[in-house]
Amino acid sequence: MYSFELKKADSVADAAALIKETGGKPLAGGQSLVAAMKMRLAQPGTLVELSGIAELQGIRREGDAIVVGAMTRHAEVAASAAVKSAIPALAMLAEGIGDRQVRNMGTLGGSLANNDPAACYPAAVLGLGATVHTNTRKIAADEFFKGMYETALDDGELITAVSFPVPKKAAYVKFVQPASRFALVGVFVAQTASGVRVAVTGAASSVFRARPIEEALAKSFTADAARAVKTAADGLNTDLHGSAEYRAHLVSVLAGRAVAAAG
Amino acid sequence: MGANDQSLIGQSVRRKEDVRFLTGVGQYTDDVVHPHQTYAYFLRSPHAHAKIRNIDTAKAKAAPGVVGVFTGADLDGVNGLPCGWLITGTDGKPMNEPPHPVLAQGKVRHVGDQVALVVADSVLQAKDAAESIDVDYEVLPSVVSCVDALKAGAPQIHEQAPGNKCYTWALGDKGAVDAAFAKAAHVTKLDIVNNRLIPNAIEPRAAVASYSRADDSYTLYVANQHPHVERLLMTAFVLGLPESKLRVIAPDVGGGFGSKIFLYAEETALVWASKRVNRPIKWAAERSESFLTDAHGRDHVTHAELALDKDGKFLAMRVQSTVNMGAYLSTFASSVPTILYATLLAGQYTTPAIHAEVTASFTNTAPVDAYRGAGRPEATFVVERLVHQAGVDMKMAQDEIRRRNFIRTFPYATPVALTYDTGNYDATLDEAMKMADVAGFAARKAEAAKRGKLRGLGYSTYIEACGLAPSNVAGALGARAGLYEAGQVRVNPTGSVTVFTGSHSHGQGHETTFAQVVAGRLGIDIGNVEVIHGDTGRIPFGMGTYGSRSLAVGGTAIVKALDKVIAKGKKIAAHLLEAAEADIEFADGKFTVAGTDRSKAFAEISLAAYVPHNYPLGTLEPGLEETAFYDPTNFTYPAGSHICEVEIDPETGVVEVVAFTACDDFGNVINPMIVEGQVHGGVAQGIGQALLERCVYDAETGQLLTGSYMDYAMPRADDLPSFKVGTKVTPCTHNPLGAKGCGEAGAIGAPAAMMNAVHDALLASGVTRIDMPASPHRVWAALQAARA
Ligand SMILES: Cc1cc2nc3c(=O)[nH]c(=O)nc-3n(C[C@H](O)[C@H](O)[C@H](O)COP(=O)(O)OP(=O)(O)OC[C@H]3O[C@@H](n4cnc5c(N)ncnc54)[C@H](O)[C@@H]3O)c2cc1C
Repeated sequence: MYSFELKKADSVADAAALIKETGGKPLAGGQSLVAAMKMRLAQPGTLVELSGIAELQGIRREGDAIVVGAMTRHAEVAASAAVKSAIPALAMLAEGIGDRQVRNMGTLGGSLANNDPAACYPAAVLGLGATVHTNTRKIAADEFFKGMYETALDDGELITAVSFPVPKKAAYVKFVQPASRFALVGVFVAQTASGVRVAVTGAASSVFRARPIEEALAKSFTADAARAVKTAADGLNTDLHGSAEYRAHLVSVLAGRAVAAAG
Repeated sequence: MGANDQSLIGQSVRRKEDVRFLTGVGQYTDDVVHPHQTYAYFLRSPHAHAKIRNIDTAKAKAAPGVVGVFTGADLDGVNGLPCGWLITGTDGKPMNEPPHPVLAQGKVRHVGDQVALVVADSVLQAKDAAESIDVDYEVLPSVVSCVDALKAGAPQIHEQAPGNKCYTWALGDKGAVDAAFAKAAHVTKLDIVNNRLIPNAIEPRAAVASYSRADDSYTLYVANQHPHVERLLMTAFVLGLPESKLRVIAPDVGGGFGSKIFLYAEETALVWASKRVNRPIKWAAERSESFLTDAHGRDHVTHAELALDKDGKFLAMRVQSTVNMGAYLSTFASSVPTILYATLLAGQYTTPAIHAEVTASFTNTAPVDAYRGAGRPEATFVVERLVHQAGVDMKMAQDEIRRRNFIRTFPYATPVALTYDTGNYDATLDEAMKMADVAGFAARKAEAAKRGKLRGLGYSTYIEACGLAPSNVAGALGARAGLYEAGQVRVNPTGSVTVFTGSHSHGQGHETTFAQVVAGRLGIDIGNVEVIHGDTGRIPFGMGTYGSRSLAVGGTAIVKALDKVIAKGKKIAAHLLEAAEADIEFADGKFTVAGTDRSKAFAEISLAAYVPHNYPLGTLEPGLEETAFYDPTNFTYPAGSHICEVEIDPETGVVEVVAFTACDDFGNVINPMIVEGQVHGGVAQGIGQALLERCVYDAETGQLLTGSYMDYAMPRADDLPSFKVGTKVTPCTHNPLGAKGCGEAGAIGAPAAMMNAVHDALLASGVTRIDMPASPHRVWAALQAARA
């Protein structure tokens, strides 16, 4: 790690101003950022700490949506009664991230801003058709994830909350990469007001919607219908832990399992 | 008899050392803080193979806080790191032994090779300065596979090793093997890869070196498994110092698994530099450095064949292995795939003729050396995979084909140089089969099939050889060291006892097990026994801990010293009790005149020895302190039966280990709880190798692709079932404790048991070969290929 300056912000406006002024980076749970700094892969001169900002905290129900503040820790989402009753799949997803220490530190906003290709939350955001709130605008899930570690966020733009529409049913099935236990492939399936959505993480450079499976499930919301879709391997990742073909196969299998789990 | 006597043996006494470990007051090397201490950082090669054209350290030397910057050119008069075992090839020539420099000399040979040492007031300053060192590399093509390294046209790694060959070595009677194969009714053949592993001790390697101008001497704290050997190698072979000028202390050590046996460049450079900067220097590896530079394990590519008669009797075995030494010969690298491997190929069986040929090559990878089991897991894997496949080929039950070939008369001389003293392989197999409920397996398999899952059962009836011995035999086989152990028993005036052992504990619980032995023999309270290890300034010259030798060899040395203490105690008692020495008996902590109630307690004797007012000073020295060196007459041969049950999801290829049973024969057991813990850890590592772990270098660039826990999969608790562990006992015949050793057995037996279970589960699907680790992707791809 290189030395850096740490500034504490107490409001979103304050944080935005500090970032602008210093050219620094927001610090949420630090579970990705600090690790990269330790390896000297990231070297921000200033970190602006978000953990003291009250308006970024908390989980609330707003009409047909669950709104989760950007600084909400994974463990809080996993344990939230509101989330468990409205979108149990989201609570389960949070419960399956990393280990206890990571869940007690890592945040929703940090995970989304980071957009790791194997992260779990992006699958929920895209699968539920959620809306990402920032300090300047609202971004639809379909517009938010732009590529590997890339999002629609502008420089210095801060995620403040995410609004998850409550689905009719949903489930997330994660197939872990054996070493990191991030998703080798993770599939989030939801029956929403606007139709069936299937989001896939881990398989490609960024989370994406599996349109052929969505179409099959729109006709028949059954595990067999999902399994019967042959997912194309083009553009999927090949690495030490699995080939593109294997990942493509898992997408259909896990989509089927998610449909079964959604009930 | 009370709790403080012989009945301590065989009791699960709670580990004395755990109090300090669990309350956070252990003293590891990185906890050592000296006044004016500095910190070291090693600049390492980013390339697998490169010439160094120039190193410019000017900026680094001028950087803030920097105390010294050293490169290979500065190490005047410092030799390379030695290899402790000379292997003589089939051509009659000694192995190729290229130099192993402490800091790179003109060339780097693996990613992570140390190029420069920066010493500064803080780690960060040292690291920052290291980044400003300008190294001009000429990158060369590299090779990482031990097979590719031997091919014509492969990049040449050392001038002194043409064709990258270290040696070709053989054991056994080739003529007899060829003749037996010629008349065999059946031959089973397998190609086997023993995957390369990274050790991953919880405590990374660390060292603190300091120099005293007062007496021109050095002190080194180091995370190490045998401080005396570390000292001997470093002073006599590398730095050219008398041993007496260096004190090596291996304090609490957080796991070794072999990787802390070896003399490494880092601590050697630190000792040398501590005099140059005249301040203490501390270095602790970052986890990424551990991945890159701890000596790795395994990495064999093998073709093996087993010849059988029509009844399934083994007639002969033929094994050809190519093995990876890495870029340099680590301390015991050469012996692991030869002496510790081929000698174990008889397993538990009467195979009359065995021939093994091993070719070792250099590659652009980290050095490879002993890792938990060292050679014996590789041998067991070859034997037990062959036996399993032979059972399949000959349509014989897995227990039956084993029983047809078990050795049942002892001592038994194998065709590969060992003589087993004792064992009862039927007993461990019978018990393991009961514990594993083999009888109920068919029903469990049918039930799993209903859920679409494939169940398999795998056996591994393994043997291993522990307590490497005797020294003269090992010497004849190329060992450049003795293989005895030393024990010293100091009875203090009031009858408490301090034991100094050459063995080292880095997780094994010696402070408890050895104390049980001593308290049991002397009939004193275990709280009055203190076990001291890991400090050349305090302990007698000993060989340390590796190869599951500590109790069988180190424990026996202590017993021999105790025998001397008791013999002297009898002389003192005879004087005090005015009886003939021959009439004195020692039991339950008392010296008694036979047939009378006249006795002296142990503490009365020790007091008399140190306060010799009424004492036979004319014939007996005062004091009560004895040392013994014990050189065993043979190896010990722990053996056992492991049975693994797996369930495979054919849709995803996920292998779940649903049950694992280990019934082992470790000879007499001093502390069953500690033994069970050792088996648990070993089995977890064995399953780790079979299911998860895999060290991968990029074939093109030589970069380590599994350089962190993001890509190197370690076994976690939820990857493992609750183990069923049991023991059967045939006491070792040639040491007084009857002990054999238990530290490595789990890692030796488990991989074969698990992979046999995987192959059993996949048999009906037509899959014939899965290499370790049986990752979901591999299993799925094999199923796809078999269906196509
Ligand atoms: C051992 C381990 C295992 C893990 N396993 C998983 C897993 O299984 N699944 C999974 O999904 N994740 C996993 N993670 C990642 C974890 O979920 C992290 O919490 C997440 O990647 C980052 O969140 P954070 O709050 O720690 O963000 P930080 O590390 O603090 O920040 C990450 C990035 O986001 C930026 N940022 C943070 N907050 C905001 C904001 N409000 N607005 C704009 N930018 C912001 C930061 O500047 C930084 O660039 C794992 C992490 C570890 C260490």
